Amino acid sequence: MASVTMDMAIAPADRREALVAWLLAAPAIVLLFLFILLPTLAVIILGFTDFELGYSGFRFVGLENYAELIGDRTFRRSLWNTAIYTAIVTPASLILALAIALLIEAEKRAKAFFRTVYFLPVASLLVAMATVWQFLFHPSIGPINTFLAHFGIAGPNWLGASGTVLYGLSIIGIWQSVGFNMVLFLAGLTAIPRELYAAAEVDGAKSWFDRFRLVTWPMLGPTTLFVTTISIINSVKVFETVKTLTEGGPNKASEVLLFTIYQEGFVYLRVGYASAMTVVFLAILVVLMFLQYRVLDRKVHYA
Amino acid sequence: MTAHALTLGRVLRFTVLSIGALIFLAPYIFMISTAGKAQSEIFSSSLSLIPEQWSYLENFGKALSRVSMTTLLMNGVIVCALIFVVQVVVAIPCAYAMAKLKFRAARLMMVLVMLGLLVPIHATALPLYVAFDRLAVLNSYTALVAPFSISVFAIFLFLQFFRAIPDDLIHAARLDGMSEVGIVARVIVPNAWPAITAFAIFSVVAHWNDLFWPLVVVTNQDFATPPLGLLYFRAAEAGDDYGALMAATLIITLPLVAVFLLAQKRFVEGITMTGLKG
Amino acid sequence: MSILSLRSVTKSFAGNAILKGVSLEAKEGEFIALVGPSGCGKSTLLRIVAGLDHADSGEIAIGGRNVSAVAAADRNIAMVFQSYALYPHLTAGQNIAVPLAMRRLTAAQRLPVIGSLIPGQRQIRADIQRQVKDMASSLKIDHLLDRKPGQMSGGQRQRVALARAMVRHPSVFLMDEPLSNLDANLRVHARGEIVELHRRAGVPTLYVTHDQSEALSMADRVAVMIGGTLLQLASPEAIYDNPAHIEVARFLGQPRINVLKTRMNASGIVRFGTLTLAAERVPAGETPVLIAVRPEFIRLSARPDGILKARVERTEFLGSEVIVHARLDAMGEIVAKVAPAEAATLAPGRPVSVEIEPNRVMLFATTGERLQAKTIAAASTLEKIHG
Repeated sequence: MASVTMDMAIAPADRREALVAWLLAAPAIVLLFLFILLPTLAVIILGFTDFELGYSGFRFVGLENYAELIGDRTFRRSLWNTAIYTAIVTPASLILALAIALLIEAEKRAKAFFRTVYFLPVASLLVAMATVWQFLFHPSIGPINTFLAHFGIAGPNWLGASGTVLYGLSIIGIWQSVGFNMVLFLAGLTAIPRELYAAAEVDGAKSWFDRFRLVTWPMLGPTTLFVTTISIINSVKVFETVKTLTEGGPNKASEVLLFTIYQEGFVYLRVGYASAMTVVFLAILVVLMFLQYRVLDRKVHYA
Repeated sequence: MTAHALTLGRVLRFTVLSIGALIFLAPYIFMISTAGKAQSEIFSSSLSLIPEQWSYLENFGKALSRVSMTTLLMNGVIVCALIFVVQVVVAIPCAYAMAKLKFRAARLMMVLVMLGLLVPIHATALPLYVAFDRLAVLNSYTALVAPFSISVFAIFLFLQFFRAIPDDLIHAARLDGMSEVGIVARVIVPNAWPAITAFAIFSVVAHWNDLFWPLVVVTNQDFATPPLGLLYFRAAEAGDDYGALMAATLIITLPLVAVFLLAQKRFVEGITMTGLKG
Repeated sequence: MSILSLRSVTKSFAGNAILKGVSLEAKEGEFIALVGPSGCGKSTLLRIVAGLDHADSGEIAIGGRNVSAVAAADRNIAMVFQSYALYPHLTAGQNIAVPLAMRRLTAAQRLPVIGSLIPGQRQIRADIQRQVKDMASSLKIDHLLDRKPGQMSGGQRQRVALARAMVRHPSVFLMDEPLSNLDANLRVHARGEIVELHRRAGVPTLYVTHDQSEALSMADRVAVMIGGTLLQLASPEAIYDNPAHIEVARFLGQPRINVLKTRMNASGIVRFGTLTLAAERVPAGETPVLIAVRPEFIRLSARPDGILKARVERTEFLGSEVIVHARLDAMGEIVAKVAPAEAATLAPGRPVSVEIEPNRVMLFATTGERLQAKTIAAASTLEKIHG
């Protein structure tokens, strides 16, 4: 009897809490469906259609878009360029950021000053700073080539020649991302217990490099993995500088994935085809995240 | 470690850091310098940083007359503020429910949040654009703000933060007679300021700088955000009037850089805390 | 008459039974300490009484009213948490005022700015301020009212938490290990203070602790909970001298009670060393039983000719007393508490004779229940009893 009355009495209390929880979460759930899940689903479906904005009807074309993608030279070029850009920017930005973080961490006086300087590009409007870089890279009046000319070197037409444009964009990409990665590395470095360095020294790690190999590098493992994934993803998402400075040119030498999607989808309005490209883009992100989880699971278990 | 005052290592370290800092600052130095130079001097391609004749007024005048800088900056402020406020108002109650209430859907929500973290605006832009076009809301604040009203990253960040708030504090609040909404407003929010500021920095930096989405939904200058406005300015400035262009970039870069310089510590903390996502 | 009553409360988490039917009655003005090892379910029970958790079955009544379905805020209960759970963003004064403001001001009146325009609230706020001040001065924390929890010491936070709990004059007071975050000196001092506050306020109190000395020194009655079952509820003296279950006997007392295995014959007689005990109830046949004696009722003498012989293994000097660990032939270890003067002769390795205070021996079934028994014979050490 008692347990029966209790069930009657207690269930409402728990049910009330669940109801409150639903109410509190409801706006987020609705918006999540509306602006993330539904559009993602729509993109996958649109990828199988020949939908074009401006035309009323559309039909399902199966894998036709994907078949076209394989033969699409612009798209292949754009994938290749994105890969090259990522292959340059990620390691360079990572190594520079780690080096600067180590130097700043060891420095006592001007720590805050240097941190501010290297971080400044992160807080600056990229489109604006890209414009400044365009001036710096200008083949005839740009300070970079003027500076090189002092040493008798004829500087290239950085952003104007198909051979150098990706390097030019990469330099901007590195300049812009180092500060962000550096701050994450600095946080990782501060989290390493001081006693470990003392222990390493007692154990006979005499040189700076010994201590780096024995303590710093392994302890930074999780941070490094993190920073690497973020850097790769951000490089794959390069768009602002390309749109502002080169529009994919010259001669498609700087076509990158997001720019190609933008052109197809929002300029030529071939939504179905651009959706198929977007699915490829999403697949790349999923694979990268999956790889990160796998590595995280297996290797870096220190923290 | 080397504790002594001026070892070779320290000198070397300081030199390397200084040279690096100079390279990193170079774009800013040239921006400020070029913004004050006359067209003819820029084309003489000298490396001198101090303008021979000061043309700041002229260049800034040009920058301000071609595109309405105040509109751009205002749009930037309005859009970033709206996005931030909506994101926080939506995410905090949801994160609280997931972290502290007996909520059967919490696990499912967690899966959705993790999935959401994977999907950037670039992936959802096409269908959203088509939908906004059908609803005839392109070229509006709504179009600029709506897709960012839900930030799974905000939910994720607040969830982590709320989990660290002791359950006893919430129990005490319930015994003291607070409703769940009261607890969110009076106990959770006042104690979540570090997370909220960190997220504010993350959100504002991301949306102030975003070019992709404004480029997609805005074709009318009245709703242009700073990056988009600068793009228009560049297009209008077909020639190589770098003096005016640098003046314009200076005006548009300054607000966020100024905020950063004033609140550096918060900025760095914020980025460190939210560094999980780029 | 009972102000708080629990009737067969059960609770399980994910299939694990945490509370296996707990019943308890607290009388007007009574201080009950709920004591047990960690994980015994005592904190869960407290949270169920508070309304922060819900029982699977059973009933909770406060002042005769069944509150099982009443929300925590409406049970008129105050609670002091182990972590104090002070609102970190509010000053001590604001913390103490929260429960009053929540009850006496309407939701609209509590709104910032707008709230202050609503008539009537100024009077109430002034009244709340006065009550907070009174409470603070009675706990001697006036000088802390403008400080935030982060700027206070552990002891100060604990007082503020007490003030916040007491200010609203609850009908039941719950405390969840409120002293465990204080250092040892402060803890002893705070014990006395809480007892004094309780005596003055006269509010029935349920006090959860894992510290037996806290339970024995503070409470009117002690409830010992082990493994989700309330094994005994009695006065501190009764629970120490006359435990109802072997686990209660084991849990209370430092060092732990000596428990030795022996047998009871079919007529209910147990012979152990120099002692003969007779159980009140005669068993069906010969059964194994447990004999328990607290260390202070065991005497060791350096004479080698006693009936119970042992060898000293090690001694622990504690100042006012010495704990002697000795090994009984074939029967395991025995621990005795002796005066330092006596201990001088008990060096490790020495053979000793063991004597047990005859009326302090307790008998338990191997399942743990107490078997009432009388000592019917206690031969002197030198005399041999055969049996």
